[in-house]
Amino acid sequence: MGEALIYLDHNATTPLHPAVWDAMRPFLTEAFGNPSSLHSEGLQARDAVEEARARVARLLGAGPEEVVFTSSGTEADNLAILGSVLARQHRGRHIITSQIEHPAVLGACGALEAQGFRITRLPVGSEGLIDPDDLGRVLTDDTLLVTLMHANNELGTIQPIHACAALAHARGALVHTDAVQSLGKVPTLVDELGIDLLSLSGHKIHGPKGIGALYLRRGLALAPIITGGPQERGLRGGTEHVAAIVGLGVAAERVGAHMVQEMTQVAALRDRLERGIVATIPDVLINGVAAARLPTTTNVSFKGVDGQSLVVALDLRGVAASTGSACSSGSLEPSHVLLAMGLPDEWLRGAVRFSLGAGNTSAEVDTVLRLLPPMVTRLRQHASGSMRPATLTL
Amino acid sequence: MATPKSGYSPIVIDHFQNPRNVGELPDANAQASVTNPVCGDVLQLRLKITDGRIAEACFKTFGCEAAIAASSLLTEMIKGKALPEVQDITPEMITAALGGLPKVKLHAAALAEEALKEALKGYEPSHG
Repeated sequence: MGEALIYLDHNATTPLHPAVWDAMRPFLTEAFGNPSSLHSEGLQARDAVEEARARVARLLGAGPEEVVFTSSGTEADNLAILGSVLARQHRGRHIITSQIEHPAVLGACGALEAQGFRITRLPVGSEGLIDPDDLGRVLTDDTLLVTLMHANNELGTIQPIHACAALAHARGALVHTDAVQSLGKVPTLVDELGIDLLSLSGHKIHGPKGIGALYLRRGLALAPIITGGPQERGLRGGTEHVAAIVGLGVAAERVGAHMVQEMTQVAALRDRLERGIVATIPDVLINGVAAARLPTTTNVSFKGVDGQSLVVALDLRGVAASTGSACSSGSLEPSHVLLAMGLPDEWLRGAVRFSLGAGNTSAEVDTVLRLLPPMVTRLRQHASGSMRPATLTL
Repeated sequence: MATPKSGYSPIVIDHFQNPRNVGELPDANAQASVTNPVCGDVLQLRLKITDGRIAEACFKTFGCEAAIAASSLLTEMIKGKALPEVQDITPEMITAALGGLPKVKLHAAALAEEALKEALKGYEPSHG
C-alpha cells in the first residue's frame, strides 16, 4: 500500500502537460475576450485561436483553414460523419465502417441507419485488422463515406487506412479516419493517409479535455450539426473555448516535436512489459500482437482471470489499467473489439489493457511485473485447482 | 486497511484482497454451484453441517471483485451458525454486511444468497 500512482491508462486520458497549462491559464483569467469581438481583448483571443489552429494543422501536414475546432473527438466524429453524409445525401445512401470503431463513430452511423441510410460494418481478422479486400467488395457507387479508425483504442492496432482510402476514392466515396488514439504516437499526415476527414482530441495528447478538432480537406462541404453563430466558418456555432483551443495547439506542437524520441522510449517500455508478462505468467495472450500497433498499447488476456477483478486489484496497489470486458448491472459487457476479433470466451473475459505514456519509467514497469504474477495466481486460485480452506493474502 | 478505492467499502476491499475460506472442502455434506447466466460469474459453495450447525464453509468464485468479496463474506456470516439462523439471510443482509455495494454490483450479493439457499435445499441430514 501507499505506492505512488503508476498510470498505465493513457488511452483513456493523459495528464495535462505543464507547458499546456501555462499557455492556457491567461485565457481563463485576464485574457477573457471573445474571439468574435472587434476590440483588443477580442483580437487577442482571435489571434490565440488562429495560432492554435496553425499548430494543429502543422501536426497533420494540413492548412489552417482545414481545421475546425470541436468540443471533443466524439463531436469531431459526429461532424465528420453526419456533416458529410447529410451534405451529400442526394448522391447516395451507403456508409461503410468497421465493427471495432469507437462508440462515437458507431453511434453516428447508428443515427444515420435510423434515418434510412445503409451501413456496412466491416469485420476484422484475428489480429484486429480490416482487410482492404473486404472493403473493395462492399464499396458501391452509392457509397458516400468510408469511416475507419486509424488506431484502435483497445488494441492499438493500426488499420491500413491509405490502402482503404485509395479504394474508396476510386469509387467516389469520402474517407474519414478517427485518429484520436494515433495522433502524436505515429505519423498522421493527412496526405500520407490519403483521407478527407480526420478527428482528433486534446486530452489524449496531454492537452485539456473538452476540446477536439476535425480536419476537413479544402473545398469539402459539410452540414453543421451544431448551428448558431458564424464561428468555425459556420460549421460549429458557439463561442470558442479559447483556453482549451490554445491548450490543444500547444499540446499538438509538443507531441509533434517529441514524437520520435518519446515513442521510441515508450515502445521499449511496452515491449519490456509484454516480455515480462509472457515470461512470468502462464496462459497469457497478447491480443493483436502480430499487427502493426501503437508503441504505447498492449492488450493482454489472462486466461481464467476476470479482467475487471485484476484491474481493481492493480488499482488497490496503485496501478491504473483498464479492462475491455466489464461486469456491470449483473451483465457481462464484453469488448465489441475483442468479440469482433473472434477471441474465444476463455480469453475474452480476462483481457486487460495497459497503455503507456512518455512519463512512465522502466522502474514502474518492473513494479507492475513484480505485482502481476502473484495477483494472477491468486485470482486463478479463487476459481480452480485444489486448495485448502485458508485466508489468502496478496 | 486499504484506502477505499474503486467505489467499494473497506470491507469489500478487505474481502476481495484477503478472501476467507477459499477452497473445496473435501468432506462437505452440502454444496451448490450457481451461475449468473448473464455475466457468467460462477460461485461454488461447500458446507460441512454438523449437529444442525454450519461447521465449515468454503467457496470458489470466478467473477468480479464484488462476487469474490460477497462469497468470502457469506462464508464468515454463516460459519458456526445453526441452520435456522442462516435460512433467512437475504441479499440485502449480505450487502449491508459488506458495507454496501455499488448499485451495478448488487447482483454479487444475490448470487451469494442464491448459493446458500441452493446448498441448504440440497442438504439432507444423515440419520445415525
